Amino acid sequence: MVQRLRITFAKGDEVKYISHLDLMRAWERALRRGQIPLAYSQGFNPRPRLFFASALPVGFTSRAEVLDVILQQRMGLREFASRVRKQLPAGLELKSVAEIPPTLPAPSAQVVAAEYEVVVESQDALHDMQARLDKLLAASSIPRRRERPNRVREYDLRPLIQKLWIIGQRQGAYVLGMRLQADEGGTGRPDEVMAALGLTDAVRVIERVDLVLKPL
Amino acid sequence: MTSAALLDRILPTVAKPGRYSGHEWNSVRKDWAQVKVRVALAYPDVYEVGMSNLGLAILYDLLNQQPDVLAERVYAPWLDMEKAMRQAGLPLFSLESRRPIRDFDILGFSLQYELNYSNVLNMLDLAGIPVLASQRDERLPLVIAGGTCTYNAEPLADFFDLFVIGEGEEVLLELVRLYAEWKGSQGAALSHGEGRTRHAGALAGGKEEFLQQAAQIPGVYVPSLYRVAYQADGTVASIEPLKAGIPTRIQKRIVPVLPPPPVRPVVPFLNVVHDRGMVEIMRGCTRGCRFCQAGMIYRPVRERPLEEVLAAVDRLLANTGYEEIALVSLSSTDYTCIAPLVRELSQRYGEQHLAISLPSLRIDTFSVELAQWIQRARKTGLTFAPEAGSERLRQVINKGVTEEDLLRTAEAAYASGWLRIKLYFMIGLPTEMMEDVLAIAHLVKEVRDIGRRWRGSRAQVSVSVATFIPKAHTPFQWLPMENAEQITARQEALRRALPSRAVDLSWSDPMTAWLEAVLSRGDRRLGKVILRAWQLGARFDAWAEAFQPRLWQQAFAEAGLDAGFYATRQRSFDEVLPWSHIHTGVSAAFLWEEYQRSLRGESSVDCRAGCLGCGVRVAFNLDRCPSTIENDVKRIPKTSAAPGKEGGVASACGFPATE
Repeated sequence: MVQRLRITFAKGDEVKYISHLDLMRAWERALRRGQIPLAYSQGFNPRPRLFFASALPVGFTSRAEVLDVILQQRMGLREFASRVRKQLPAGLELKSVAEIPPTLPAPSAQVVAAEYEVVVESQDALHDMQARLDKLLAASSIPRRRERPNRVREYDLRPLIQKLWIIGQRQGAYVLGMRLQADEGGTGRPDEVMAALGLTDAVRVIERVDLVLKPL
Repeated sequence: MTSAALLDRILPTVAKPGRYSGHEWNSVRKDWAQVKVRVALAYPDVYEVGMSNLGLAILYDLLNQQPDVLAERVYAPWLDMEKAMRQAGLPLFSLESRRPIRDFDILGFSLQYELNYSNVLNMLDLAGIPVLASQRDERLPLVIAGGTCTYNAEPLADFFDLFVIGEGEEVLLELVRLYAEWKGSQGAALSHGEGRTRHAGALAGGKEEFLQQAAQIPGVYVPSLYRVAYQADGTVASIEPLKAGIPTRIQKRIVPVLPPPPVRPVVPFLNVVHDRGMVEIMRGCTRGCRFCQAGMIYRPVRERPLEEVLAAVDRLLANTGYEEIALVSLSSTDYTCIAPLVRELSQRYGEQHLAISLPSLRIDTFSVELAQWIQRARKTGLTFAPEAGSERLRQVINKGVTEEDLLRTAEAAYASGWLRIKLYFMIGLPTEMMEDVLAIAHLVKEVRDIGRRWRGSRAQVSVSVATFIPKAHTPFQWLPMENAEQITARQEALRRALPSRAVDLSWSDPMTAWLEAVLSRGDRRLGKVILRAWQLGARFDAWAEAFQPRLWQQAFAEAGLDAGFYATRQRSFDEVLPWSHIHTGVSAAFLWEEYQRSLRGESSVDCRAGCLGCGVRVAFNLDRCPSTIENDVKRIPKTSAAPGKEGGVASACGFPATE
């Protein structure tokens, strides 16, 4: 392991329907096109060593995804960024890159929470919307069911909501903010929060705006 | 344009929405206002299958290189997406600009498999385009097709305006040029940006005039300009042009020299069927297997020079970032320079962990050597196709492989570390008896025993058994397909004869084979069957989870047609076959002679060893046939029975022998 880089990137509208696995492959190929000296895993089927902090559900955009890349040869950060930017498909945008100590844990082990912005259509007056949010936050538990392909999972959404607030209001729509737990103890989904608010059908955009990493 | 808001409502509700969202690397988005002709390239199956087709990738690249032409892609929406689109009133749209397919000038389908036909009709309907060509005028896109199935496109004659027979690289451009001229002269102006301006009635007759002109282009077949007459017994009496000046026969097009391969293909986000870079190293095959349609219709053999392949791989990798490259052809081990090519590629790109795949391995130890260079680490499986179980039957189909060849190859593979060998066979081959079927079991057991000897209980043999389907333009085009009861009986016997331990057996679905057999040698009357089956709900017939054979059976019954007439009837040499006006360059006399030789159990030589006079050389006025690299370098003598083996060939390939 010669150099470890931490990238933050945006996943825009153009690629929001691309699954996490497909996104990983898109990154691998972009890095190969940029002739980045990637380090590969050992074993039968060597893979480039890329580590994503958190899978983003299909359909959401993000401006704060985190990816660690291991290089087998050192590169300047400026050079890295300029080569990679030229090779990224529309909708993927490299926002920053920094060198980090190789000994840090994988970024997925550092994530503790994620912040989202949700655009939702609503004719509610401001105080009605606020009341809706307050009511949800006041609940001691929010039982939810999630249908999985082969099972139904029942869980309590309430403890996963750390914050929920109104960011702004414009032309029949609100922008809501929420900070949801995202660690081994559980991961909150913003679409589940919107469902609990009774607003599923009015949701227009869900964007991840921050991944909160545990300081080390 | 399809509204983003509407898609955002639909896409989260369907499986794999990335099939419909476009924006892939290297996809081409051109300004509609800056081009004269807009072509939608369609593949009538899901995205993952369509994106794996090299032919469409070649045409996409070629058309988009023309400054005044644009090409965009569209694939068949899966059942869930179709339902959502119909509910929302969303018409079929292209991946690049998300414009309705109806707004394009030309809609071109790639037809590679008969079981996609119902999807063609469904895509037209989803686009809001009447499925019958006779109900479309010049205000709607010209609906055309190319690909393997167009060598007998008669069952689709009602639905297409024209077919392009053969290799599309030149003829498609000629057609697009003609279209641009015609559109200009007709004043069929397109309003820029918002789609087609409708001048109701103003262009009446225009499309017919265009089609008559198009029919003058060699390789273009306009089915509506021909009349098919039938005998009382249902066979074809004649196929004749409706008017003077329309050619009586249509000869396929070829490109004498392979054009440079595309090196900037669209890189899908989704994990498609063949998720890798493809470089075509050779077109055509010299082996002359008598059951193989591709081997007959893609003649003559043309090899791409080694330097050109290497340069293409280099640019392809730089432009795509692919981690795997396939060296594509019908018989890649036969490419004269295959050994130097593979060695050079593994030397150049080994550091970057490039995987190389050869889609078709010949049955010999040389193939195993090649596979070893390619397969650096994990040795999962090697695939070979003996096709028939007995020596006699392999002679009949002209698959020149002996039992010894196969066993030696298996030995080499297991000895070099492979654990699994996959073997492809067919049953229902001409002259096949039960003992030929049981010979498959014998061969498989031998291979398994070799595997056990080298790899113990970890050795595996997979056996895949397809049902033989006689195809148009092959020596077996006159033959009946074996009837269903016989096929079932032989499958049963084989299943009982095969050891169950360490052998894994798979079949092709008998009803799927039946439908393919019917459609592949059908005539125009099948148009109403296809139409009816689609109306009854047939979709994605190539997919087990969607295929409903009873819809097709009902459609046949309603049309008063007997499927057996097409699938299981012996034809005579004198019969006018429904595809007899389509010429591949291989003469009917040659095909018949090959058929007769097969009945006598006589094999025929590889074209590399001597010319059999199939007719291609004359039809296309070729100086050299096959056009191999060896031939290019003043006939360097072959060193062994396996062409491409190290030796004299190395110098023909422009590499010093290093070992």
